[in-house]
Amino acid sequence: MKKTLGTALLAGTMLGGTAWGQDVTLTIESWRNDDITIWQDTLIPAFEAANPGIKLVFSPSAPADYNAVLNSKLDAGSAGDLITCRPFDASLELYNKGQLADLTSLASMANFSDVAKSAWQTDDGAATFCVPMASVIHGFLYNADAFEELGLTPPTTEEEFFAVLDKIKEDGTYVPMAMGTQDQWEAATMGYQNIGPNYWKGEEGRKALIEGTQKLTDEPWVAPFVQLAKWKDYLGDGFEAQTYPDSQNLFTLGRAAIYPTGSWEIGVFNPQVSFTMGAFPPPVPNAGDTCYISDHTDIALGMNAKTAHPEEAKTFLEWVGSPEFATLYANALPGFFSLNSTAVEMEDPLAKEFVSWREECEPTIRSTYQILSRGTPNLENETWNASANVIRGSETPEDAAKRLQEGLASWYEPQQAQ
Amino acid sequence: MAKGRPIRWHIAVFLAPAVLVYSAIMILPLFSTLNLSLFTRTDGGTGFVGLQNFRTLFGDPRWSAAFWNALGNNLWFFAVHMLVQNPIGILLAALLSSPRLRFAAFYRTAIFIPTILSFVVVGFIWKLILSPLWGIAPNLLDMVGLKSLFAPWLGKEEYALTTLALISVWQFVGIPMMLIYAALLSIPDDIIEAAEIDGITGWSQFWRIKLPLILPAIGIISILTFVGNFNAFDLIYVSQGALAGPNFATDILGTFLYRTFFGFQLQLGDPHMGAAIATAMFGIILVGVCIYLFLIQTRLRRYQF
Repeated sequence: MKKTLGTALLAGTMLGGTAWGQDVTLTIESWRNDDITIWQDTLIPAFEAANPGIKLVFSPSAPADYNAVLNSKLDAGSAGDLITCRPFDASLELYNKGQLADLTSLASMANFSDVAKSAWQTDDGAATFCVPMASVIHGFLYNADAFEELGLTPPTTEEEFFAVLDKIKEDGTYVPMAMGTQDQWEAATMGYQNIGPNYWKGEEGRKALIEGTQKLTDEPWVAPFVQLAKWKDYLGDGFEAQTYPDSQNLFTLGRAAIYPTGSWEIGVFNPQVSFTMGAFPPPVPNAGDTCYISDHTDIALGMNAKTAHPEEAKTFLEWVGSPEFATLYANALPGFFSLNSTAVEMEDPLAKEFVSWREECEPTIRSTYQILSRGTPNLENETWNASANVIRGSETPEDAAKRLQEGLASWYEPQQAQ
Repeated sequence: MAKGRPIRWHIAVFLAPAVLVYSAIMILPLFSTLNLSLFTRTDGGTGFVGLQNFRTLFGDPRWSAAFWNALGNNLWFFAVHMLVQNPIGILLAALLSSPRLRFAAFYRTAIFIPTILSFVVVGFIWKLILSPLWGIAPNLLDMVGLKSLFAPWLGKEEYALTTLALISVWQFVGIPMMLIYAALLSIPDDIIEAAEIDGITGWSQFWRIKLPLILPAIGIISILTFVGNFNAFDLIYVSQGALAGPNFATDILGTFLYRTFFGFQLQLGDPHMGAAIATAMFGIILVGVCIYLFLIQTRLRRYQF
C-alpha cells in the first residue's frame, strides 16, 4: 500500500511537473500589501483565465521600505518581472539606470492621456516606462451621522470649515478632527498637499514653482501652513504621539467627526465603519473661488528590464492598460481611480462623490513630486517635517516656508536666479 | 643548531579558520565600506573623489547640522544608559546576591527576559502603553490622580529621546545585572569573612570591598554599552520611523546612516554619503574603545584571589 501511494505521488509530481513546465510565472513587486486579496481573488484569476500559460505571483513588501527593498533587489538582480512604479523621480531613476524597460511602444498606452502618463515619462516626454494604473484624490471624510446629530452641513469655505470645527469642539461629544503628527506623513500629505492647491491654484502654482517664478515663501505657499497651524486646537489629546493607524481608528470607531485624508481610505474604511460616511473637497478660501483638488497620479506598473520573460510580461501589461482591467481595479479598490481614458462605471457612492469633484474643481498633483524632490535636501521629506512642526506649533508658518525655500534653492537652479 | 628551527606550520593551520572567517565577515566589509566612502555617483557610473564626501558631511551646513544633531542625541542616549541602566543593573545585582533574598531566581529571570525580546516587540508594546489614545499609561496615572503628569512623550521634542532611552534601559538592564551578579558571586567568601571580622558589613561592605572588586566588570559593561548605543538603530526606527521625529529629536547616528544610505520616501539612497557616515561612526567607536583600552583599563587594579 505504502509503495503504491509512493508511486502514485511520484507519478503525480511528474505529471504536475510537465504541466507546470510550460507555464511562465511572473512575479509582481508592489508596496500595496493591503491589496493582496484583491490581486489573488479578482485580478490574477481574471488574467490567467484569459491567458493560459502565464501565471502571476503578487509579492508586496512594506510600503515604507518598498523603495529601499526594490532598489537593493534590482541591483542584486533578484527583483520580480513586473515592478509597481512610484510616481516621478523614484521610477525615472530606475529607468535611467536601465532597470525599467521602455514601454512607449505598448499598444495600450494609447488608452492614457498625457497628464496620466506624465508621472512615468522622461522629462521630455519621449519615453514612457510604466503603465498608469490609478490616481488618488485628497479631501475630507466626515461622520455624516455626527453631522446630522449636531445639525452641521459640510463646509465649502475656510470660514465655514472652522465654524463647523468650533461647533463640534463646543459640543464635546466628538474629537473635531482626527490627525496626529507622530508619523509626519499625515501632516504633509493629508494636511499641506490636501488644502494647499486651493491657495497656490493647482497646476498654475506648481508649474510656477518648478520654473522658479514663485517661491515657497510667497503668500500662496505660506497660507496652507497658516491654516495648518490653526488645526492644532481641533485635534485630539496627545495628537503629538498619535500615529496614522491611530487616526484611522479614531475616525472609524466614530470618535472623531472629520478626517483629512485621501480616497484610498474608502476601501479600507467601508467594511469597518458602523455610521454613514460623507466626503467634502478641501474648502476654498473665499466663497465663489475656483476649487482645486489634488488628483495625484500614484501608481503604475512597469517591467523589469532584466526579466527572463519580456513577451509574457508585455502581454500582461497590455491587459493592465485595457478598459477591462480599469473596471475590475476601480471597483475592487474604491478610491483608486483609473487613469484610463475610457470612463469607468463605479458602484461605491463615496468613490463616486470623490470622482465627481473632477468636474467642478481643477485637478493637480502633489507639488513636491515632480522634479523638486530630485536633490538633497529633499523637498518632500522636508515638507513632512515642516508640516508636522507647524501643526505642533514648534515652528511658525513663515519660518517653515523660509527653511523649505532655502533648502530648495540650495540645489535647484531655477530657484536660485532671484 | 645548524639547520635552524623548523617552521611551525601548526600555528598557521590552527589560526587559519578564525583568521579567514573574521577577515571574510568583518575585515573585508569594513574596508569595502571605507573604500565606498571615497567614491561618488556620477553620470553613468562612480568616480573617485577622495575625501570630498567627508568635506560635505562636515563642511556643508545642512549635512553637518544633521550629523552633529545625531551625534549629540547619541551622546545623550549613551549618557542615559550610563546614568540609569548601569547603576540600576549594579543595584539589582547587589540585591540578587544577597543571601536573604527569596525568589532570587524568579527575579533574575523576570528582569532578564526583556533582553531576549525583539526590538520590534519592545517598540510596539511601549508605543501602545504610552499611546495617549489607547495606552494604559494615561489611565494608570489617572487612577492615582496624576493624570496631569501625562504627556504624549514620544511626540514631544523635549521628551522623546529620553523616553526611548529609558525604554532601551528597561529592555537591557538585565545584561549589566547578570555580568555584575556573576562578578559578585566570584568574590571569595574568605574576603567577605575577613571584612566582617574587621566590622565592615552591609552597605559599607558593598562600597569598600565588593565594588572595587567588580570594577573591571563595570568597565566591560561601560564599553559594551558605548558600542551598543553608538550602533543603535532598531528601537528608534521601529517607534519613530526613519525620519526620527519629532523634528529629528530622536535622530541618532544609526537612523541618520539608514536614511542616507537607503533613502527614504522620495529621497533616493546615496551609498557613498552613507558609507562616509558609517566610517565616521566607526571612527567615533574606535576612539571611544581606544580611550577605554589605553587610559582606563590599564589603570584598573586587578586582584588575584
